Amino acid sequence: MSETATPTAIRNAVIRLAGRSQDGIQSVGAFLAQLAGSTAQDVMTYMTIPSTISGGPSIFQVHLGSGEVLHPGDESDTLVAFYQDSYDNHLASLKDGGICFYDSENVTELKEERGIIHIGVPFTSATIEAIGGSGKTRGKNIFVLGMLCAVYKLDRQAITDIIAKKFGRKSEDVLRNAMLAFDAGYAWPVHDIEHMPMSPGENDPGKDRISTDGNTMLALGLIAGGCRFGAGYPITPWSTIMEMLRSELPKYGGMFIQSEDELAAIASAIGAAYSGHLAITGSSGPGLSLKSEALGYACMAELPLIVVNIQRGGPSTGMPTSVEQSDLMQAIYGTHGDAPRVVLAPRDVEDCFYTAVEACRIARDYSTPVVILSDQAIATRIEAFPEPDLEAHWIEPMLDLSTCPTDNKPYPLDRITRHAPPGCPSPDGKYPVVTGLEHDEWGHPSGSPKMHEAMTAKRRNKLKQLAAELPPADFYGDESGDLIIVGWGSTFGPIREAVDRLRAEGHKVSSLHLRHIHPIRADIGDIFQRFTHILVPEMNDEGMYGFGQLAMLLRATTCNPAIQSLNKVQGLTFRVKEIVVKAEEILASN
Amino acid sequence: MSTTAEPQKLTKKQLKADHPTWCPACGDFAVLASFFNVVQKLQLPHEKIVCVAGIGCSSRFPYFVNTHGIHFIHGRALPLATGISLSRPDLHVFVFGGDGDGYSIGGNHLTHAARKNVNLTYVVMDNFVYGLTKNQTSPTTPVGRKSKTDPRGAIDRPINPMTQLIATGASFVARSHAAQVKHMNEMFERAIKHEGFAVVETLSECTMFYPGAFDDGNPRKGGTFDLVDEEAHDKTSIAAAMELAQDLTPGKFGVYYEDSRIPTKNEGEWAWIQDAQQAAGGASPKDLLRKRFAAMR
Repeated sequence: MSETATPTAIRNAVIRLAGRSQDGIQSVGAFLAQLAGSTAQDVMTYMTIPSTISGGPSIFQVHLGSGEVLHPGDESDTLVAFYQDSYDNHLASLKDGGICFYDSENVTELKEERGIIHIGVPFTSATIEAIGGSGKTRGKNIFVLGMLCAVYKLDRQAITDIIAKKFGRKSEDVLRNAMLAFDAGYAWPVHDIEHMPMSPGENDPGKDRISTDGNTMLALGLIAGGCRFGAGYPITPWSTIMEMLRSELPKYGGMFIQSEDELAAIASAIGAAYSGHLAITGSSGPGLSLKSEALGYACMAELPLIVVNIQRGGPSTGMPTSVEQSDLMQAIYGTHGDAPRVVLAPRDVEDCFYTAVEACRIARDYSTPVVILSDQAIATRIEAFPEPDLEAHWIEPMLDLSTCPTDNKPYPLDRITRHAPPGCPSPDGKYPVVTGLEHDEWGHPSGSPKMHEAMTAKRRNKLKQLAAELPPADFYGDESGDLIIVGWGSTFGPIREAVDRLRAEGHKVSSLHLRHIHPIRADIGDIFQRFTHILVPEMNDEGMYGFGQLAMLLRATTCNPAIQSLNKVQGLTFRVKEIVVKAEEILASN
Repeated sequence: MSTTAEPQKLTKKQLKADHPTWCPACGDFAVLASFFNVVQKLQLPHEKIVCVAGIGCSSRFPYFVNTHGIHFIHGRALPLATGISLSRPDLHVFVFGGDGDGYSIGGNHLTHAARKNVNLTYVVMDNFVYGLTKNQTSPTTPVGRKSKTDPRGAIDRPINPMTQLIATGASFVARSHAAQVKHMNEMFERAIKHEGFAVVETLSECTMFYPGAFDDGNPRKGGTFDLVDEEAHDKTSIAAAMELAQDLTPGKFGVYYEDSRIPTKNEGEWAWIQDAQQAAGGASPKDLLRKRFAAMR
């Protein structure tokens, strides 16, 4: 790069900021992401935060792209290291010949061979000097932002607008200091490197593009889907959904309450569902375990309910701020007895919105609990994408208190349950009881062997009916070939990118990404038949028998022996390279 | 809201559903009869009554009442009823359960439903024993009483339901006896009329496993049924209520604590909704969400 005589426009930039959680590197990352959104560029971020309140090491990685960005980046082009430990721990993430900016007052540079360009800048004192001699180190993040803006020739006006919008609300002083720090960073002489102007964004500039994180889109999707009541209990990384719904829902005439524990949260949500609302509860791993009994009740009583699970590293308390996909089996089967429910998984931040709306529709139409399985990576990362069209994606909440039908069986065997919530008058004077005991069509407790069999089938068959009505899964590539890579949830980006790279090398590789994890469309077996190999990358363990959780399920449903697993349990997302290497290994075995 | 015909007078007959599956002479029959009396007297709108229960003998209550009802899981009736009461302020929410359901497995929820002052009426049918599972020690079983789980007699001290209920911050706490139907009628009526979390601890004998448990409070069995002297007792004083609750052998019956000035959670949450909607200035929900998106551009 340094040999290039004139700066060439680049299409992609991966910038990693490494510091501590109080340094404000998250806001720098968020500014860059918002900038991308407003300038028709694409972006995906990746962050780690310590589970302690403050002071722990933290990183924020931003992948900016002129075209589509599918993953947060395997390795970074530029590293910004605030401390010696950030430098020591993250230098390896920098690509050969990459650029490392470091705080020259905190970091001693290593003599590295890989052609890395080191640039020491006194972040702290330069910021203090710019702002005017206060002893505080606040603002050095904005100084760094200014520096990056100059190096990558980002839209200075757009980014200062974003800063003004963010800090202008606080006070004039805060805004003035931020602008001073930004200008100082922007003007800092970075002599040793050529600037690397980013190509302009290629996304449709006519579309209103927004940038935000997955938990925000999930919460807003639930509002668009008609959820107007919910209950929850704090747990990372679920809490931000709860916080947002608690403050947003009153504006929509709804309510979200903080419960005394996870059991109470799902119980209150079921109470609201019984009352005729579409209700939501949610949690992360340990909380889903606690909710399991009541979730089984909602399956038995056939109540519509949304249960969100933002997966994190498990089991037990596990790794609360790391990513994992190890709650799949629990989401599908977790509770005693045969308790079929629907499980959906969003593939990225944008998809959180649409998955939530679809979950609401299914919960209502099939009078069933629907589990939305997101994960820590999607929950916290920021992406830019077109604003959802609410005319096409909106479900009007309805509290139907019309008179109960005369044939008011809460659990008819020949059709899907439609509960008449309390408040519905009954013309024949008979009122229904909703129950978790096995029951007959009228909701009376029943111990009859035939009735239990019939009711179990009723609860199962309505989801089979749903499976038959599901749209085809997201298929990418040729109809047949040597390898199909099957994924769910946040592995979408790395898988898609891996498929692109493999296809560019001439391999016959396709991919299938499942939003509908349970039930699965029946045609998946036919799709698999058209490929020699089937690879299922998942962020969970290979278990006793060498297969991840989805792979196990797919083997059981399709009996296809070509299915194999690629598992990763480091609390980190897949790198594109890891999937490519595994795929090449399989293809070479032909 | 909905189209109903000319409201009929609500009768006990209309309120009766399945014949209770309780054992003969179970105290819960009297509680059910008293509930019918009070609902008929108050002429609550039939379709607006909701009966909620968890698990236990007394928690079968919803099946025996012909109103909207929901039979939930063990110990979680209160948070379920919280969801109903908060999301549907038009309903009359009744929760029925026993000592195991309310004071043991559901103990945590009792504290929080009470301190939040959720608007509902909670009737605890306390029989000092686990009946449905056939005679194990319950949280109110006295020390020394033998059961299948305490063959040498109960070792753990029982909780005092009255001090417990007062300590939760419940805004209406009363105590009654299933052998005193008139007294129950009065307590239930006052509980229903109370705005907020109203609980009536009702001694209800398990004739199968713990017969005679409450004879000391039953004059027909040689006991004494002493009422709380409401002239002398300051119902709004936690200290006075606690004092009254110290001795329950057989203790006093009546309203121990009552404070209608405590705001309910229902009021607090709905006031927020009203203010938030007012601040939104009549914007449609879709426009509100669009505005939210605009801030993320």
